Amino acid sequence: MYSHKDLIGLQNLTAEEIEEILNTAVKMKELLLKKTGSDLLKGKTLVTLFYENSTRTRTSFELAGKVLGATEINISVAASSVSKGETLIDTGKTLNAMNVDFIVIRHSMAGAPALLAENVTASVLNGGDGMHEHPTQALLDMFTIRNRYGKLKGLKIAILGDLKHSRVAMSNLFGLQKAGAEVYMYAPATMIPAEMDKLGAHICKSREEAVEGADAVMGLRIQLERMNGGLIPSLSEYSKFYGVNDGILKLAKKDAVILHPGPVNRGVELTPQLIDGKDSLILEQVTNGVAVRMALLKLLSEYREKNNL
Amino acid sequence: MKLLIKDGTLVLPDGEKKCDLLAEDGKITKIGVNIPSGGCTVVNAEGKHVIPGLVDMHVHLREPGFEGKEDILSGSLAAVAGGVTSVCCMPNTNPVCDNAVVVSYIINRAKEVNLCKIYPIGAITRGEQGESLSDIGKMKAAGAVALSDDGTSVENSYVMRLAMEYANGFNLKCLCHCEDKKLVDGGVVNEGYNSTLTGLKGSLRAAEDIMIARDIALAESLNVPVHVCHVSTYSGVEIIRSAKARGVKVTAETCPHYFILTDDIITGYDTDTKVNPPVREEKDRLAVCNALKDGTLDCIVTDHAPHSVKDKQVEYNLAAFGISGIETSFALSYTYLVKSGVLTLCELSQKMSAIPARILGLGTGEIKEGLPADLAVVDLSASYVIDPEKFKSKGKNTPFKGYKVYGKVVYTIVDGDIKYKNEE
Repeated sequence: MYSHKDLIGLQNLTAEEIEEILNTAVKMKELLLKKTGSDLLKGKTLVTLFYENSTRTRTSFELAGKVLGATEINISVAASSVSKGETLIDTGKTLNAMNVDFIVIRHSMAGAPALLAENVTASVLNGGDGMHEHPTQALLDMFTIRNRYGKLKGLKIAILGDLKHSRVAMSNLFGLQKAGAEVYMYAPATMIPAEMDKLGAHICKSREEAVEGADAVMGLRIQLERMNGGLIPSLSEYSKFYGVNDGILKLAKKDAVILHPGPVNRGVELTPQLIDGKDSLILEQVTNGVAVRMALLKLLSEYREKNNL
Repeated sequence: MKLLIKDGTLVLPDGEKKCDLLAEDGKITKIGVNIPSGGCTVVNAEGKHVIPGLVDMHVHLREPGFEGKEDILSGSLAAVAGGVTSVCCMPNTNPVCDNAVVVSYIINRAKEVNLCKIYPIGAITRGEQGESLSDIGKMKAAGAVALSDDGTSVENSYVMRLAMEYANGFNLKCLCHCEDKKLVDGGVVNEGYNSTLTGLKGSLRAAEDIMIARDIALAESLNVPVHVCHVSTYSGVEIIRSAKARGVKVTAETCPHYFILTDDIITGYDTDTKVNPPVREEKDRLAVCNALKDGTLDCIVTDHAPHSVKDKQVEYNLAAFGISGIETSFALSYTYLVKSGVLTLCELSQKMSAIPARILGLGTGEIKEGLPADLAVVDLSASYVIDPEKFKSKGKNTPFKGYKVYGKVVYTIVDGDIKYKNEE
């Protein structure tokens, strides 16, 4: 039984809790595709508080809330005002005074959702914090893979890309391992965070080692806006030595699936043929993202009811 | 004006001795048994230890300019509450203490406050900008005891060379904050497992070590002394150790947080754990302990860096660096170095008083007839739990909240005057 006020990361969730979220998402996906809507969250308020730009995460949360009947408010805060404007704690207290039920926060700084969560009674959902976690993205990735294979246990998942700046990689690493999958990672050495192997990742010596025998191959966005330059010499060099193409993918299991959290740099992390090919689940990920976020809102709402929040 | 401390155990350079201590006109005049108490203010120190008052050569008093964080009065009250009788204050104030006027201002304020001794440290470069030398001679004439651009390194090695040479002409040492800022690149914690786990940007040991090595290389080439601030890495310790073995005139300090804490404490994003250099890993902590034992690290300072609540109750990245430490340094050091068997009480006392006083030529820091009666009476058997709300400092920012420590400061005496008495 999901027993947290918030969703800060997958690091502190149990395997059972993750499974419960994914199981709930199955039902939510049916509801989503039926297009009948629901009044599960009628009268509840969801605020999206984004200190960084986002298209899909924000839209996905908005849609999830709307399908379930929640009232929504979107707040965008310019990155420049993080240090100059109202403090995060004050913003949180203001929203709390408005009796908000859910706050989805995206922030460029690790730990911001946890700080907000400590200071509000609303349930805080982490929509990505710095280089820390992006739990809903990982949950939707896991949901998508599970949907294809009927399980996660025993699968080999290859993750390639900018691991250092990727909160998606972090959350997937925590979540996939809890679900019994093995995670193989590969990146230029400048894009691998310190001691990632101690978190259970197999840090590979080559693209081939990472992809060989994989059930799913995930490319991560090379986040140009995050690199203060210099982590890689050029995108073409990245693509040549670290990108996933048809030839590399042949090493994976037959019918291995392709994932990417988006937005994709076409021809950099993955070739266009793979992005648009039959094994690509990139668009299904987007659909599943809504279902997973609906599931989280439902579970958090149940927790709130039980605890009279 | 006579002060008699009766029946305490004196911590002398060569060991402990149970006897009385008489101070007259601010100086220690007699150490012996059964000193008559006629005409004296008497402090009963039975069952307690009398140590030289602590000399904290790395403190941020924040005045002028940042009085919301601390001022000379609150910082002095905090100092004497911690058994500290001499404070050397860093120049990163506003205006920066890079000229004789600010040096004089601090000295005059210290006289008005009249609690502990305060020795200003002047900035190496104008505005701590790392470009041109401050008026080093004039600051020395006004009373500055050392130079530092603390908070940053003088990035340009040529400017640093000139500073070390010129300062040596005035018999002043450069106290080097060692950090290659470009390599740190915005890092806020030690780079390693915990930075990856938390997603907080890490800073390599090399960022500290490179500057330690550079400043030692300059000192060696120029044959001038240099002092390395707040050493936190095992590898930095090694650089200093080998330099000392070659006879380089290098001295070095560390702080309680580096010999007590590891970066395991950052995982809750508690901004009171944010300090520069960052607390590192167990092997660093052990190396710092060993270096204190073998003398590679000469002294213990606090890098007392008080901040207001608003500077810390923000995202970890935005929070100010620093720990408010001047009130807890003796108890933490006693608990984690002496009770745990790393140092003897005498050795600890040397590292917190005599040695830093000697490094800067302050003429205090030991219990010896003829020296100033700068003393602290401590109860080593008394334990307490650190509660920042009880700090005299305006800065309540400590990662040691809730730590149970031994070694309560009972009296603090400066020039034979009782400046602090613990009433609890």
